[in-house]
Amino acid sequence: MPAEAFHEWLRREGRIVIVGASLAGLRAAETLRAEGFAGPLTMIGDEPYEPYDRPPLSKAALLGMASPDHTELPRRRDIDATWRLGVAAAGLDMAARRVRLADGEEVPYDRLLIATGVHARPWPKEDEAQLDGVFVLRTRDDAVRLHRRMKGPPRRVLIIGAGFTGSEIASACRNQGIAVTVAERAGAPLVGALGGVIGAVAAELHRENGVDLRTGVMVTGLEGDVTGRVRAAHLSDGSVVETDVVVVSLGATRNTDWLEGSGLGAGPRGIACDAGCRAFDFRGIVTDDIYVAGDVARSPHPLFGYQFLSLEHWGNAVAQAEVAAHNMISAGADRRPHMWVPAFWSSQFGVNIKSVGVPSMGEEVMITQGSLTERRFVGVYGYQGRVIAAVSFDNTRWLEFYQRLIETGAPFPVEFTTVDRRPEGRKPVPADFPDPSLPTHGPTVTLSGYSPADRQLVFTPARH
Amino acid sequence: MRLVVDLNKCQGYAQCAFLAPGVFTMHGEESLVYNPRPGTEQRERVARAVAACPVQAITAEGLDDADEEPVGAGREASDAR
Ligand SMILES: Cc1cc2nc3c(=O)[nH]c(=O)nc-3n(C[C@H](O)[C@H](O)[C@H](O)COP(=O)(O)OP(=O)(O)OC[C@H]3O[C@@H](n4cnc5c(N)ncnc54)[C@H](O)[C@@H]3O)c2cc1C
Ligand code: SF4
Repeated sequence: MPAEAFHEWLRREGRIVIVGASLAGLRAAETLRAEGFAGPLTMIGDEPYEPYDRPPLSKAALLGMASPDHTELPRRRDIDATWRLGVAAAGLDMAARRVRLADGEEVPYDRLLIATGVHARPWPKEDEAQLDGVFVLRTRDDAVRLHRRMKGPPRRVLIIGAGFTGSEIASACRNQGIAVTVAERAGAPLVGALGGVIGAVAAELHRENGVDLRTGVMVTGLEGDVTGRVRAAHLSDGSVVETDVVVVSLGATRNTDWLEGSGLGAGPRGIACDAGCRAFDFRGIVTDDIYVAGDVARSPHPLFGYQFLSLEHWGNAVAQAEVAAHNMISAGADRRPHMWVPAFWSSQFGVNIKSVGVPSMGEEVMITQGSLTERRFVGVYGYQGRVIAAVSFDNTRWLEFYQRLIETGAPFPVEFTTVDRRPEGRKPVPADFPDPSLPTHGPTVTLSGYSPADRQLVFTPARH
Repeated sequence: MRLVVDLNKCQGYAQCAFLAPGVFTMHGEESLVYNPRPGTEQRERVARAVAACPVQAITAEGLDDADEEPVGAGREASDAR
């Protein structure tokens, strides 16, 4: 069949299967229908719920502004799908074009979209992770459980890891007058994502709001009482924190286990794809029937040297899903590349934090507006003489301007002056990111090159 | 009614918080917190907030719909479990 006729057939009666029924999966389904896809559409999701929104789980829900089991995403349109909820995809047969479900059933497809996202990294010691009172926060179920326990109220909450999620939970606890200790291996909160200069501001925010922030320490063990409830945590500096609720916020792991052995270029860092969201197989050859979107995807980005970019960003899941859906049912020249500029928001301790670009690539940072001490500023990150990212604390209206600078590769240090530029921001300073060889959790952006499947080839030199 | 705010787009203009204070609240100077599933009695206010948001950051479902049940997985499902 010529390509054009094939795509016409595909739009009319092709079978499309989406694995991962969350933000990216739903927005892709809506886009498919909006663009005229009329064939059967199947949504497979291992959670028993229809697609819901996660960001409110660590914000509005814990602040008591919203119920954690009521964050279902609004639909942009009717998607007329067959829903297979509460059942995981367990395998993929690329040659036969079938997805195998955990209940043994097989679902055939002509086009497949994988949007399986990530899951929270659990506490590594299994018996300790099982203790009553130890939580992670990724799903609606997690949020409902944590929320219930926070209403207790607990005597003290211990948060392990001061990335965005951990910091937001700490903020919500303090808002409700709950005593909270935060333990972070790095020197400050948010260091993996924003570096030490901005991290120092985050540390002040924690402390001023009454968080018992411990940095440069690791939690070495959790201890339960006779009934199996957590009662204390041991820290690497020898101290002990008495606590009845522990939230493990150590970042996320990509949901690719189910693809093992399928031949797809899927590994612990996600699923590699081309700029059009088409997945690579493990040999680095692009497939044309399997697409990926959202937190599970790694795609090359021209602004960042075509390195593979994996993002755990809400906006990326939406934008990438729309591109993937469009490309799935479009022929060659009509396809679009996914070239979204990374953007992220968080809100904690009443401060609105937003970033654009990839701060963690930044070598230096300069404060071009406002000041760090006022907690109202814009920081611009430079990489090899150009602007690579910007972060704002309560200064969101300027961010778009900085996004343009990133998109156009504007020179760094920036020369322009603003009315609110202070002497402290005239010169760039080292952005102070931790040594990349030491993993920090939750930077929410990862740049990586190399083979799609992350397989190691063994080179055997010739013998003489 | 269901809603979601694209907080990448949101500029913290607080229009929504003026128009539907029970649904949208400013937390600090710029952070918006909202209830993603407001009750039907808020429908008119939410509709006004959606229309007034200068950057069209709010997506809502069930605004002009007389029947309260949103398009759910349940309704569409042929074999959800
Ligand atoms: C508490 C919290 C706060 C957040 N706050 C922000 C924020 O402030 N700003 C921001 O930009 N982003 C934020 N995020 C990130 C944002 O929620 C994600 O980027 C977004 O959810 C990604 O959507 P996704 O559809 O790619 O993946 P996910 O939402 O992870 O969805 C993947 C779905 O696939 C399912 N699945 C996995 N494996 C299988 C399988 N084998 N078979 C079937 N189904 C499977 C999963 O259970 C899940 O339902 C936050 C996330 C969390 C958890
Ligand atoms: S009106 Fe729009 S931009 Fe203003 S706070 Fe509400 S959602 Fe944000």
